[in-house]
Amino acid sequence: MTEEKKKTIIPIGPYHPLQEEPEFFKLYVEGERVVGLDIELGYNHRGIEKLAESKTYDQVIFLLERICGICSTSHPIAAVNAVEDLAGIKVPERALYIRSIIGELERIHSHLLWLGLAGHFLGYNTVWMWAWKYREPVLDICEFLTGNRNHYAMMKVGGVQRDIDNSDIPQVYKMLDDLIPALDLFKGVAIDDPVIHARTKGVGILTREDVLQYGAVGPTARASGVDIDVRRDDPQNTAYHLVDWQVITSPGGDVFAKLVVRVLEMYESVKIIKQCLEKLKVVKGEIDAKVKEIPPGEGIGHYEAPRGETFHYVRSDGTNRPVRYKVRAPSYMNVASNQKAVLGETVSDAAIILAAVDPCYCCTERVAVVDKDTNKKILNSKDLIRMSQEKTEKLRKEM
Amino acid sequence: MNLKLKSLTKSLWVFHFASGPCNNCDIEILDALTPKYDLERFGILLVGSIRHADVLLVTGMITRKGAERLKRLYEQATKPCLVVAVGSCACSMSIFKDSYNAGGPVDSIVAVNAYIPGCPPKPEAMIMGVVKLVKSLTGK
Amino acid sequence: MKIIQKLEEKFDKKIIKYDKKSERRSYLDINPADLTDFAQYIFRDMGARFVIASGVDTPKGIEILYHFSFDSSGLVLSLRILLDRNSPEVESLTPIFKAAEWIEREINELLGVNFRNHPNLRHLLLPDDWPKGNYPLRRK
Repeated sequence: MTEEKKKTIIPIGPYHPLQEEPEFFKLYVEGERVVGLDIELGYNHRGIEKLAESKTYDQVIFLLERICGICSTSHPIAAVNAVEDLAGIKVPERALYIRSIIGELERIHSHLLWLGLAGHFLGYNTVWMWAWKYREPVLDICEFLTGNRNHYAMMKVGGVQRDIDNSDIPQVYKMLDDLIPALDLFKGVAIDDPVIHARTKGVGILTREDVLQYGAVGPTARASGVDIDVRRDDPQNTAYHLVDWQVITSPGGDVFAKLVVRVLEMYESVKIIKQCLEKLKVVKGEIDAKVKEIPPGEGIGHYEAPRGETFHYVRSDGTNRPVRYKVRAPSYMNVASNQKAVLGETVSDAAIILAAVDPCYCCTERVAVVDKDTNKKILNSKDLIRMSQEKTEKLRKEM
Repeated sequence: MNLKLKSLTKSLWVFHFASGPCNNCDIEILDALTPKYDLERFGILLVGSIRHADVLLVTGMITRKGAERLKRLYEQATKPCLVVAVGSCACSMSIFKDSYNAGGPVDSIVAVNAYIPGCPPKPEAMIMGVVKLVKSLTGK
Repeated sequence: MKIIQKLEEKFDKKIIKYDKKSERRSYLDINPADLTDFAQYIFRDMGARFVIASGVDTPKGIEILYHFSFDSSGLVLSLRILLDRNSPEVESLTPIFKAAEWIEREINELLGVNFRNHPNLRHLLLPDDWPKGNYPLRRK
């Protein structure tokens, strides 16, 4: 009990303007070191799985798209894969390429978003502004192809909703080519800047064993040397097995490794999109299998969202509404792993470590606050970010 | 029109509250601050405390827990504080209206001065919403 | 399928039903009492990744499917157990892998299943003052 009294609580969240969702991390610290983390979910629980049971298979895709603004197309892809798995539906080839194109565009703008936030937390506001600036052309491509910057409404059971006009392809190519110099800039910052190295190498390490224990996925897992990527392991009804690309892993397990993995993945995404566009020039035909009925049964679909594996389980009783829709977003596993990653680290590193898993809380559910009784001085999330930025300033001066 | 309201229209300090959002609206709000749209040149700033804010931007369908917080937040705000519901969920709960955890929409908890619908509303739509709000304050 | 063969050799009669839905989707129905043995073997000895558990309220009782992924072959193996709706309970898998901790709390509050020896069985998503006995994912 006396040990408890010595600990200070530093709550991070909620409603810090730069953390878009309210979530509660409660850090327990002894002096400068973090000795415990409580995560409380519940502020964003919307009861989507229950709502899904009252929607038809067509409507449910629109609902699931709104689980998360950034993994906006990842949930629909996993969802339609689940229903197609249930019913044994074969999706026309042209639709596979379109699915992957939209998925990869999303990955790029999601990683750029994260890069911006990481940049801000580390005190590189220029990186923040530039990363978000270069997100805009990617969102423009999305709007150009689908009609919306987000929530593209492209997926349906059996195919895709809208085709990509072959005459539009040269313009998309140009937009992608314009993106490469920006990616080179970020690669340079991430890989060459000694201050970034000092701030992120050896920080917030998640070992291989930790990853397996927590079931972490996506860049969080790959940055600890765990070679998993649903796009390669089980592409289902997407085009990843039809084009040439690499899974990016890194053995470090620290924040730096997570940064490198995400930056390099964006290059792979551009590669994938370009190859898919080439295929669209020659693969003609339908984009929709025109599914009429879903038989009774169960199905599993998963997809590699920008944050990792998104997993959907669906059960049908032969009617046009699902009996059960289980949705497991990647952050559900990744955020829990923060309990390990932040232990023993300093308070000034806490902000970047917690952000390193790229939490997409609305996918998971932000945890609510666990109530503990202590009345020590409390820092808020703004303070934590400020401390992180100050640490960078200090390091810069020393170098 | 009183001095406080007039000063509001010169430079709006904004506090952002989200409950049960999918984040799209939240990111589009932040997007509005980035170089492409750059609202900061109009003096619009995101602030970290409700006590400094002139405008309370609310996103999300508002969950049960969030509803209590929103009410408390509004009570803490120094008045006048304008409330803007951003996004279809904040305006009407949208597709989440039948959820067992629904606590909203925003106007069932606090009075709303402006609604900016959309899923998500584009930054241009948000700017237009804010401009309309300011114009309505100055009586135009 | 090599993976299923290994399981059949090790557990033989304990597999109530084996449904090979497709090349990469298999479902094994087992007794709740055998869950820990199976999970331990699949996770520790066979090196599979625990993905998540899905709880479903059915006319026959409360089903829980534990999904494991064998990433190198793309196989998703689901263990299915059936629990009596009147007092659904099963041993917690959290001592074997921490990945089970949150989902067991979620199934506990949304479906009313008790997980014996769970280190921290309290609400995950629902507010603490949610009415007892009200399980949102149970069918009426």
